[in-house]
Amino acid sequence: MNSIQKNRLKDQLFKYWGMFSTLIGLVLLVVFIGDILIDGLGRIDWSFITNLPSRKPEKSGIYTALMGSVWILLFTAIIAIPVGVAAGVYLEEYSKKNWLSGVLEINISNLAGVPSIIYGLLGLEVFVRIMNLGASVLAGSLTLSLLILPIIIVATREAIKAVPKSIQDASYALGASKWQTIWHQILPASGGGILTGVILALSRAVGETAPLIVVGALAYVPFAPENPMDEFSVLPIQIFNWISRPQHGFIENAAAAIIILLLITFIMNGIAVYFRNKWQKKWK
Amino acid sequence: MSMRKLKEFVIEKLLFSSALITIAVTLGIIGVLGFEAVRFFSEVSVIEFFTDTQWTPLFAKKHFGILPLLTGTLLTSFIAIAVALPIGLSIGIYLSEYAPKSFRKTIKPLLELLAAVPTVVYGFFALIVVTPFLQEIIPNLSSFNSLSAGIVMGIMIIPFISSLSEDALHAVPYALREASYGMGATKFQTAFKVVVPAASSGIIVSIILAISRAIGETMIVAIAAGQQPRFTLDPTVPVETITAYIVQVSLGDVQHGSIEYRTIFAAGITLFVFTFLLNTVSYSIRKKYQQRYE
Repeated sequence: MNSIQKNRLKDQLFKYWGMFSTLIGLVLLVVFIGDILIDGLGRIDWSFITNLPSRKPEKSGIYTALMGSVWILLFTAIIAIPVGVAAGVYLEEYSKKNWLSGVLEINISNLAGVPSIIYGLLGLEVFVRIMNLGASVLAGSLTLSLLILPIIIVATREAIKAVPKSIQDASYALGASKWQTIWHQILPASGGGILTGVILALSRAVGETAPLIVVGALAYVPFAPENPMDEFSVLPIQIFNWISRPQHGFIENAAAAIIILLLITFIMNGIAVYFRNKWQKKWK
Repeated sequence: MSMRKLKEFVIEKLLFSSALITIAVTLGIIGVLGFEAVRFFSEVSVIEFFTDTQWTPLFAKKHFGILPLLTGTLLTSFIAIAVALPIGLSIGIYLSEYAPKSFRKTIKPLLELLAAVPTVVYGFFALIVVTPFLQEIIPNLSSFNSLSAGIVMGIMIIPFISSLSEDALHAVPYALREASYGMGATKFQTAFKVVVPAASSGIIVSIILAISRAIGETMIVAIAAGQQPRFTLDPTVPVETITAYIVQVSLGDVQHGSIEYRTIFAAGITLFVFTFLLNTVSYSIRKKYQQRYE
């Protein structure tokens, strides 16, 4: 074999290895979802969704955890979206290039890399202890809001950057003020991109477990929350709790609850991708 | 007109204060961790913390050596990177240099789905599927071990490496490739001798971010690696990571203000320092690299 043939062989081998690597992750994902479906699908029925947790696996349901997740999702959205979008608008439209904007930029990039459990420690000390909110829905939502803030800010900035400058110029030419231009032109034009980022960030919040455990969310809550100061559990914590139990029945429950959690996550991701595609076409 | 100016002014200040919240979060994290850690170190000597090889704050005979938690964290992260780096990088190179455009466009969002799966789900997978499977190959593998947790964590961070390195490879100007093909080089030679070196800073950033992600990952290790702090590099026995320890204490009934309570902040600040350094390094590389191509 001469060196040309050798190089061609290497080229071909790497091509197949690359294909294999690309598919192996997806194959594992399919195997793994298949396995969970086999373990858990038989366990899902209406009573599994509406039952309270119980010591007997076959009587246990996810009602309180599911409602807890809904409450947490709602309050996290209410807190994080306005603050995150506002910060993104400021950084993209108002901030001048000086030391402060540099600090803000490095800081946000760093926050995005802080492990989620550290946000849990922050929430435990500041919201649960100092602000005396206890292990409540509000304390949990505030903690998760801080966690997803960098994601929303980055998404808002990217979406605003993609809006053509001509739209802004046209608005100024008509005598609109800066805020009128942002509110009536830039935000509606970048809405699809911001929405994509917001949904992805919220989907991350729904799956978070560790920071809420640190804040003090419980594995067993007898009632669904009725106001923001109530104690709560969430779906991932319920799953974690069931995984840690020795009886086989709870493993089945965990698999069934995972199916529900994955369904929520994948639907949210699907919606986000849909909006992204629709919105990207708009500017082409 | 002045009403309008006032409104503009107030709105700008409101937006500005939203941006400032992010600074407050960082200061809050440093403040909270620092405050509790200082109180922790007033009771435990720094030398003991970094040299003692036992971590038993919840036992009657207390030892406060962070080393077992550090080795647990580094061991699981090392295994994860050993899985994710070759696969993730190969995917990045394949998608950028070999794959047809349409294939890349469909496969990228699917791969990113791997990172969207909640980590508690991966923990289930590691404990219920991967560990029993590995036990058939390695009979003396304990039911909690860092091998299985590390491998599954590696699968989770594949998209971090593949996506970011693919972006970096893709940004390399096409002229460099054409010059290489013009010399008669194969795609393989072009990829490894021209494109990868040109995109090296972006690839390094992706690897650093993946390491930082692995070190901070919590649920997979808390579920599948065990809760026994052990000063070992043996991947077949139960270990405990920094993050898993924080979860373990949070699940228990620990009094606020006690030394046990403060240990989670001492462990937390150790974790924070590690990831902060990694993130800062990756940020500065990224800044330099952006300037090179813009």
